[in-house]
Formats: sequence, structure tokens, C-alpha cells
Amino acid sequence: MTPKDRKNKRLVGLFLLGCVLFNYPLLSLFNLKTMIFGVPLLFFYVFTGWTVLILLAAITTKARGHSPSKSEDKTVR
Amino acid sequence: MLETGVILFVSFGYMGLLFAIAHYGDKRADAGRSIISNPYIYALSLAVYCTAWTFYGSVGLAVRSGLGFLPIYIGPTLMALLGWWIWQKIIRISKIHRITSIADFIASRYGKSTTLGGLVTIIAVIGVLPYIALQLKAISTGFLLINQYPEISVSFSFSEVPVLGDPAFYIALLLALFAILFGTRHLDASERHEGLVAAIAFESIVKLAAFLTLGIFVTYVIHNGFGDLFQKAADLAHLKNTGSSSHGALGSYLTLSGQGGSYTDWGIYLFISMLAIIFLPRQFQVTVVENVNEEHLNKAIWLFPLYLLAINIFVLPVAFSGVLRFPDGSVDADTFVLTLPMAERQQLLALFVYIGGMSAATGMVIVETIALSTMICNNLVMPVLLRLPIETLGGLRDYSGLLLTIRRVSIILVLLLGYIYFHIIGEFYALVSIGLRSFAAVAQFAPALLGGIFWKGGTRTGAICGLLAGFLVWTYTLVVPTLVQAGIIAQDFVTRGPFGIELLKPFQLFGLQNFNEVSHSVFWSMLANIGFYVGVSILIHPRAGEYTQAALFVDVFRYSGETSESHFWRGTAHLPDLKSLLVRFLGQRRTDIALADYADKHKLSWSYLVTADADLVSYAEKLLAGAIGSSSARVMVASVVKEESLGIEEVLNILDETRQVIAYSRELEKATADLQEANRRLQDLDRLKDEFISTVTHELRTPLTSVRSLAEILHTNPDIDEDQHKSFTGIIIKESERLTRLINQVLDYEKIESAQMDWVITSTDMTEIIKDAVASTRQLVEDKNISIDCKLNDHPPPISGDRDRLVQVLVNLISNAVKFCDADRGKISIRLTSNAREVQVDVQDNGIGIKAKDQSKIFKKFQQVKDPTRGRPYGTGIGLTISKRIIDFHHGKIWVESQPGKGSTFSFSLPTTRETDQPAH
Repeated sequence: MTPKDRKNKRLVGLFLLGCVLFNYPLLSLFNLKTMIFGVPLLFFYVFTGWTVLILLAAITTKARGHSPSKSEDKTVR
Repeated sequence: MLETGVILFVSFGYMGLLFAIAHYGDKRADAGRSIISNPYIYALSLAVYCTAWTFYGSVGLAVRSGLGFLPIYIGPTLMALLGWWIWQKIIRISKIHRITSIADFIASRYGKSTTLGGLVTIIAVIGVLPYIALQLKAISTGFLLINQYPEISVSFSFSEVPVLGDPAFYIALLLALFAILFGTRHLDASERHEGLVAAIAFESIVKLAAFLTLGIFVTYVIHNGFGDLFQKAADLAHLKNTGSSSHGALGSYLTLSGQGGSYTDWGIYLFISMLAIIFLPRQFQVTVVENVNEEHLNKAIWLFPLYLLAINIFVLPVAFSGVLRFPDGSVDADTFVLTLPMAERQQLLALFVYIGGMSAATGMVIVETIALSTMICNNLVMPVLLRLPIETLGGLRDYSGLLLTIRRVSIILVLLLGYIYFHIIGEFYALVSIGLRSFAAVAQFAPALLGGIFWKGGTRTGAICGLLAGFLVWTYTLVVPTLVQAGIIAQDFVTRGPFGIELLKPFQLFGLQNFNEVSHSVFWSMLANIGFYVGVSILIHPRAGEYTQAALFVDVFRYSGETSESHFWRGTAHLPDLKSLLVRFLGQRRTDIALADYADKHKLSWSYLVTADADLVSYAEKLLAGAIGSSSARVMVASVVKEESLGIEEVLNILDETRQVIAYSRELEKATADLQEANRRLQDLDRLKDEFISTVTHELRTPLTSVRSLAEILHTNPDIDEDQHKSFTGIIIKESERLTRLINQVLDYEKIESAQMDWVITSTDMTEIIKDAVASTRQLVEDKNISIDCKLNDHPPPISGDRDRLVQVLVNLISNAVKFCDADRGKISIRLTSNAREVQVDVQDNGIGIKAKDQSKIFKKFQQVKDPTRGRPYGTGIGLTISKRIIDFHHGKIWVESQPGKGSTFSFSLPTTRETDQPAH
């Protein structure tokens, strides 16, 4: 399995994770009139989940197969 | 301070800045120092996704349905994750095939179908036009609002604003100018528009900055942070729950609205926004066409979602703040973004937000119109133009100007249509609901496109049926009801169904409940679309051209590398024809450059070339595809190519070839087996030849030895008596003759084997031949005291043949018979029989005979019958082989009948002259 394939699999995994996180029924567990850290629970849940997902995506794409783009960045500058 | 003049100045000043940035971007690109070739600009250009809908509409939607605005942004986030996989494939395909729009992509995938390209274009234009109108509405609303500063107007009607007095109209014209200047610079639409992308990226920065500034101001200046704001909202919700509320159930601010269908709506919004991020024409333009480097996707797939997250984080606070500030519901929630800073008397902030809203709207309008104009030109107008008789175009030699004009006119047309739409229908709807209608429309492209790049079985007919079905359902469930709203169709249509048929109510088709109108439409249209696409694809066989394209698209990564050579064309073209075709659409200069490139790459010299091979024809088609779209390019190239393109027969031929290859390999296997068998036989022959040589040398040695010893005796005894001397020399002579005969035999054999024998064919009488043969063997026979008798027919029919050779055959047979007969008791009889067709000669002896198993072997090369009791056989074994060859040459037969111990009969038969001549006549 090439690094590219591995990255592909991880990103697809993240996609599926996102689909589960941001859909019924998981969403309904947080759809309560409760406040956490001063913000509504659902608001907190969605934005935290979203941030984590983006972080994971950033880490995944950085992890491997980034060398070409990095070297390419240098040439651009 | 905020007078109309200032606002107008700032508005048009902002537009001027955009022109300057775009101009700078293009200049840098021309100088080869691109400013957009990095993943950050790429990610920012993707943010053209966030339009006025995001900027103004999200807050409005948040007021109506709490977090219900979020799936529109979470969907693209998820798709970006998956997009690394899907986008990469689409980008690769588009670069290889020089695809310039989504219509081109789908048309190209399904055999470069003009129909499909046109259909996609029509759907895109109809689906996206309201979306463009929405942007113009936002620009207009923004201006009208801020123009009345510090007063906050509660209601205004667009239809009262005269067109010529509406700044949005002029902005629209400026946008058209911008799109024309920076979007139709090159004829080749597959070339990137760097200045345009730079401007779009800049706009993305402006709108994000404006919204974040407002969000921070609202959250931390008006209120004391998130906690405070949410607490106030919760209190208000609690308060309002007891009384009547103008903004619906306020509890829903904090959660999703409690109705049963909300999760379904959420899911469906997530779904269509996932599709929209790929299939909106403007997204296709920035993601695919304007992509500089595939590697940029790497960063963009998390940078772009990060942008979406950032622009959404303050939506809910702004919404709450707006509701708190205007509790009576007099102000449209869609305008909170602008009315809040106005109400707080923050002139500069209001102006900044106004510009932010404008940047969100203009960015979208520019890219969308350019994308649509390419589609309209290449997939609607060109196919029609190219089918017109040639005189219609007035014998125009260079179409490149015409092409650009068509594109420019379509840009203006799209913008004007958008403006008209907004003036007539747009004001009845909230920003978000217009946008969602467009999402639902472009989602119709998903089955055909995604199916097209992952499933080879998808066919042209399937795609057309699917698109049509989905589009019709979309029209019925989302567009027709807007006509009701505008008063064109009676209200009954929606409330009671057409002709009173309840099942056909456009918002509750077939009685489906609990969906909002968009979700409802998405569900039915996608069901129809996918159903028809898959169903028809399975039922109806694709056409030949589709196979090639399907394989090229689905397996793009396997073919890339060498795929620039997708050989659809098998024929060649006359080079001047091809050249003039290119010149007509690309202009002289670009054609020269492109052909020089090709020559460089393939090390060709044009001066020697008269015909363009299939490779060059494909190259030319791709060049044209960039300018006029793939389907039109195919039509044009087909007009100059000599041979037919790959038809069903050719495809079948290819299949046949495959089958033949399999057959060949089977034959090869057989041939190998044959070779092994031949080799085995050769080895046998080799062994036999060795034996033969040893036999021959032995045969030669015997007479030589006797000649030599007798000669030595004569040499050493000069005084030997006369009689003995005579007898010795007699033996020497006889042995020498035998030697000569043996050597002649070997030479004859060699000659016959190598087909160098000179045959002297005459008409002869068999009787004569037998007499000659008997005469020449008399000495041999008499030596062993064997009796010989001949029974000859007096007048046998003549035969034609080589007399001497036939004598040789008989001599061989007789001397063989002599060899195997006992001396003194031997008896040889020769019989000649004949009929009209053939003459037969039998030579019978009473010798030792031949065993049945050996009878078949004795005529073969180097075969000698070994008899252990007699040791080494007498003779070389080639006499019979030579005889058989001679008889074979005369079209005769030779065989033996024998019983061991009782003698053998060698017979041969030859056709008579009449018989041999007959076939010749």
C-alpha cells in the first residue's frame, strides 16, 4: 500500500466519521436545552466536532505525501 | 457622513480595486510569475462558495431554524475530505481532456454527446439564474439599507426602484465588464484566468474579515462575549415562551427545531451541499479549471473547511443579537448583519460590512457568469452554429473573434436575466430558499458525473433520461410553485393539487409528508434521476464512442502518463485541412505556437509532413476542445479526418483481435508441441544418419580393402602367374565398380533429397526398362547362381518417365532380391502386368522375407532391417529409399508383400501416359 493509498483511506475514514457525527441520531443526543461553558450544547458539540475534524484532516494530509507540495511551495516563493 | 455619494464612491472604488488586482494578477501570470500558484490562494478561491447567502442569509436562517443553517457548510467540509479522492480524479480527467465546464465534462464522458452537453447547460442556467438574482438582490438591498443611514427602513419594494436609478443595475453591468475583461481573455477556456482568481481570493479575504469584525463587535462590544449573549437569548426565550413570539419558537435558537422532520431536512441539506460544492458551475470553475497544481488540494481540503468554520462561528451570536435588538420582528432577519451596526451608529463598520456583503455577492456573480458563458457558448451555441450551412457565417475564416463575442454576449445576457429575475420574482423569497433551489438543481448532475467517473456501465441514454427526469421533478416541485407565489398560477395548484388531484400536490408529491419543500424536492428528483440513470444504463446498450470515454474517465489514473494519447481517431487527416481548422478557431498565432510545441515534443519537422497521423489528430481535437468544447471539437475534427472514427465495428474488431490473440496463443502452444515433436524426430533422424554413415563407410571399406590387398599382392609379387594376375585384376575392377556404384547411390540420394536431380522425361516402354535392368544385373545374378525369369506382357501401354532412373529402381529391387536369396537355390521372377490406367511390375524372390513390422519401415530414410542372426545387414539401406523417391516422382506407388522365410514381393505401379497426361488437359 502506497502512502497515497493510506492517506486516501484515512480521509475516507474521516469523511465517514463526519457523516456519523453530524447526522441523526448522534446529533439528537446533543440537541438539548442545556448550556455548556455558557454556550448551547448543540452549538458547542457541532463546532468542536467540526474543528477536530479539520485538525485531523490537516494532520492526515501533512503526515505523508506532502513533500512534493512543500518543495513546490518553496519554488513559488 | 454616509451620504449616497460616499457609498457610491466606496462601492465603485471597491470594484475598481478588483479590476486592479485582476489586472496585476494577469500581468504577473503573463510574466510567468504567478501569484496564485499556492494552496492558500487556491483554498481562498474555493471560498467563492460563500456568497451573499452566507453573508446575509445564514443569520436569517438561524433566526428561523437555529443551527439549521450549518449543514450547508458542514456538507462541503465532509466533501472536501472525500474530495481529495473525487476532485483529484475530476481535475486529472479535465486536464487531460481539456475540459472547461461541467457540461463539457458530462458530455465528454458520454461519448462527447452534444445533446447531453446542451441539456446540462440548460439545467445549469435555469437552476443557477435565481442564485445570481439572489446576489444582485443582496447588493441592491445592502445599498438601499445603508443609503438610508441612520434610519433603518423596515420595508421597501424593489419594483418601485427604477432600474436606471438602481446602483445594483450598474454594479451588474460592471460585473459583466469584469467578467468579460478577465474571464474571456483567452479563447482557450481551459487556460487559467489568474487575474480573476486573484480577485476572487481577495474578495474571500474581504468578506471573511468583514463578517469576523462584525461578529467580534456584536459579541464583545455590544454584549460581553458568547456566554452573556447566549444567556440573554435564553432568558428572552423563556420570557417569550409565555407570550406570543414574532420570530417563532425562540427555544429553537438553542437547539434544532423540535419538529419531526428537522433531522431529515438537516440530512438532506448536508447531502445537497456536499454535491453543490462539486457541481455548482462556479465551484467547478475554481476547483477544476483554475487549478494550478493537483498538490494544492492537499492543503485546500482542510484550509477551505477552516474558512467555512470561521465565517460561521459568529452567525448565531449575530442572529441572537439581532433578535434582542429588534424584538418586535419589524426588521427582516436577512438584513441583521447590516442593520445591527447601523442601529449602533457605527458608520465605518456598517460601510465595511456593506462592502463585505458586496464582495460575497460579486465574487459569486463573476465566476458563475463566466462558467455559464463558457457552457452556453461551447455547449449550446457552437453545436448549433457548426450545424448551420457554411454560408450562414459569411465565409468567416477566423472564428476566434466570433467565439469570444458569443461568450461576452452570454455573460451580459446571464447578468441581465439574473437582474430581471430578481426584479420580478426574487423579492418574494428569502435568500436561503432561493439558494437551496439552485443547490437542488445542480445536485441533478451528481448521478451522471459521479456515476461517470466510477462506473463504466453508465451510458449516454441513461444520463440523459436521469437528468431529464430529475430536472422535471425539480421544476414541478420547486419552480412551478414559485409561479403560484408570483400570482401567475392559481393558489389551488399548491393547496389542492393540479386539477384537484391531491397526490400531485407539488409540496406533498404522492402524499409524502414531513419534508420541507426543498428536502421534498431533493428526495423525489434524486430518486427519479438515479433510478432512470441506473435503470436505463443497464437496459440500453451504449454506443461505441462511449466505451472508449468510459474507460478513459474511470481508469484515468491507470492511463495517465500516456493518456494524452486517447486514440479515438484511427484515421489520418490532410495536414493543411487540419491546420486551417485550427486557425479558424484558435487564430493563426496560437495555432503556430501549439503546432510548434507538438513538433518539439515529437521531434517532427512540418516541412516534410503532409498527413497528420492519429496522434496529431487527437492533439488537435484537444486543442479545439479547450476553445469550443469537446463535442463541437469532435464534430469539427470529424469533418477533416479521412477515416471513420471508432465505430461499433472497430470496437468489435478490437474484441475480435483479442479473441485472435487468444487463438494465437493456443496455436503457439500447439506449435511448441509440434516443434518438440519435430525435434524428437530430428534427433531420431540424426541417430539414424550416424548409423547410415557408419554403414556406408563400412560398405566402402570392404571393397577398398580387397582392392588394396589385391593390388599389394600384385605389387609385391611381380612374377605372379598369368591366370592369377588376370583373376586378381578382374576382382579389382569389379570391386571398383561396386565402389563407384555405391558412391553414385549416395550422390543420387543426396540429389533427390535436395531436389537437384535432373529428370529426363520421355515416353518409354516398361518392357525395355525391365530388359535393361535384367541385363545389367546378369553378372550379379550369375555370380550367385540364381535363376531369374521374366513374364512380360508384349505391348504394355507407354509410360512417361525418366528411363535411366526407372532402370535404377529395378536394378535396386533385383540386387536386393539377389542379396537376400540363398546362392544356388535362389529364384527371382519379374512380372509385368498392365491395364489402361497403370503398369505394375512385381519382383518376387524366395529369400528370407521381411517381418510384418519391418515392412513399413524399409522405404524410409536410413532404415535398415536388422536381423540379429545375420548381424550387420548387407547394403546401405538407401537403395529402397531412392527407389521410393523415384517412384513417388512418377506419381506411382511402391510396396512390399512378404512372409518371413518364404520370400518377398516388391511391386511398383506407374500411371500410363494417358493417365498422367489427363490432369494436364
